[in-house]
Amino acid sequence: MSGFVSLLRRLEGPQTLGRGPAFWSAFGLALAIALAYPLFSDGYTVGNTIYFFVWVFIALGLCLIWGYGGSLSFGQTAFFGVAGYGYGILTLNFGAAYGFTWIALLLAVGIAALFALLLGYFMFFGRIAGVFLGIVTLAVTLMLERFMAQTAGPEWHVGVARLNGFNGMSAMPPLTIPWPDGPIVLFADIGLYYVVLGLLVVVYLGLRILMNSSFGNVIVAIRENPERAEMLGYDVRKYQLVTFVIGAALAGLSGVLYTVWGQYITPSSMGMTAAALPLIWVAVGGRSDLTSTVIGTLLVLAAFQALTIYGSQYALVFMGVLLVLTVLIAPNGLVLGVMNWLGRLATRTRRGTN
Amino acid sequence: MSLLELRKLNKHFGGLHVTNSVNLTLEAGEIHCLIGPNGAGKSTLFRLILGEHHPGSGDIFFAGENITALKSFARIHLGLSVKFQVPGVFKGLSVRQNLEIALQSRHRGVELAQEIDRLLAFLGLEAEQAQTAGNLSHGQKQWLEIGMATSLKPRLLLLDEPTAGMSPEETHLTGEMVQRLNANGMTVLAIEHDMAFVRQVAQRVTVLHLGQVFAQGSIDQIVADARVAAIYLGQSHA
Repeated sequence: MSGFVSLLRRLEGPQTLGRGPAFWSAFGLALAIALAYPLFSDGYTVGNTIYFFVWVFIALGLCLIWGYGGSLSFGQTAFFGVAGYGYGILTLNFGAAYGFTWIALLLAVGIAALFALLLGYFMFFGRIAGVFLGIVTLAVTLMLERFMAQTAGPEWHVGVARLNGFNGMSAMPPLTIPWPDGPIVLFADIGLYYVVLGLLVVVYLGLRILMNSSFGNVIVAIRENPERAEMLGYDVRKYQLVTFVIGAALAGLSGVLYTVWGQYITPSSMGMTAAALPLIWVAVGGRSDLTSTVIGTLLVLAAFQALTIYGSQYALVFMGVLLVLTVLIAPNGLVLGVMNWLGRLATRTRRGTN
Repeated sequence: MSLLELRKLNKHFGGLHVTNSVNLTLEAGEIHCLIGPNGAGKSTLFRLILGEHHPGSGDIFFAGENITALKSFARIHLGLSVKFQVPGVFKGLSVRQNLEIALQSRHRGVELAQEIDRLLAFLGLEAEQAQTAGNLSHGQKQWLEIGMATSLKPRLLLLDEPTAGMSPEETHLTGEMVQRLNANGMTVLAIEHDMAFVRQVAQRVTVLHLGQVFAQGSIDQIVADARVAAIYLGQSHA
């Protein structure tokens, strides 16, 4: 019991913005709105909202690796793609009966994590750091994209699952809950919405606890001064590797949910554009804070989609402009800047009334 | 009993022989100062002891164990600790969090908070605990790092220029702190240029020159050595 209470206490701490009744009221309100909103909306709009939520996991993973850990990974989409294809191959071969889609979800995320463990081992224990880490990870994701792009021929298949080159893999079963009266299939509307929302809340709160724990302390210490961290007795490379694997698993979760949502995955999900976008969401939001990353990602995605109506190339140019503006005006992130400003304002008001 | 023993330690950087067959023995419980002109190889010797560099040849023994192949963090676990030349604090984090990171592997919960409070008081940084460490004055940063290094309760504390940038009063206070730590059983190896500090604390002094042990003895013996004065004045020691 006391262990549980001390876990809850870690929901607040120096590594995460937002504390006290005001913040948690706002959190509760946002959650209540998110829970109630499908009742006042239609299936298409709810499905579209799932699409936004799906991307938040990969953003949170990057926030962990880059914002908290200080290692820029440019290749999170590699894990997104590996897990997406993994889910497709597993479910196309073994079907959706007996709740297998959920096992496939876990396995696919596990495959992405294993891939990250292998890649990360060679990078961190080979002392690749800084910009070179970005180059290696980007190279890996682009290589995967190129590889998957040339799998159009019928010889490229795993069991019955055709890889299909640039046309992508499709028609994998959605997440399915086995039920006595017949399985409940979670198509991209209200059912899947609540599953993804639930996962999002669990992951967000879980990461808050993790980052305010002693593990999180070491991660930010490594970002600030890896040499000092090592000389306090911490095995820096091991911590970096674990962070990288957690971040990759979250990218993998995004990949599976994306595949489940659209019953579709293509090589371009690992391409240059796809690899760059999560960096922009996280940078614009505020890479060193979980809450700023969530809000920033959702806002930028919404703006991106609104602009895509006028042409996706313009939307991409806008993304570039947004990144440049962030770097110039608020290098730590626009949302984070606003949240810090609100925090200062609140402190000043409190001092004024006292 | 010797706590640290360097045997015929060699380190090359390309053609530069920075550590040339260094033999050095540290007795448990002593305060030993390492002096020498710039480029003598003092900091390199520290990095070899800490495992940040690996020697081309030679061995390092710590408390009777050969640690030459051990990784840095593992050497820390055995009882080594260091304060770097350039203050190595976590600049973006609060002073309190800096100490928490240093102490969290030995203490938990309420006990951890008490330990941090105790250390803050010891360092005279209570008023600054919520400040970002990067905003501290240079001297305060030095103290914070010494606090982090000593909080590991090491058997051997390495200090790389602990008083650089300090006023004479601060230097003297640091000297007293080192002596207090030593009285509690901590062995200290310090690189220092400030001769007042060396005179205050050192029980033995080793002079390093061109990567070699040039002279060794008490501070009085070293000061009286005409050859040592010569290398400090930049003359050849022929």
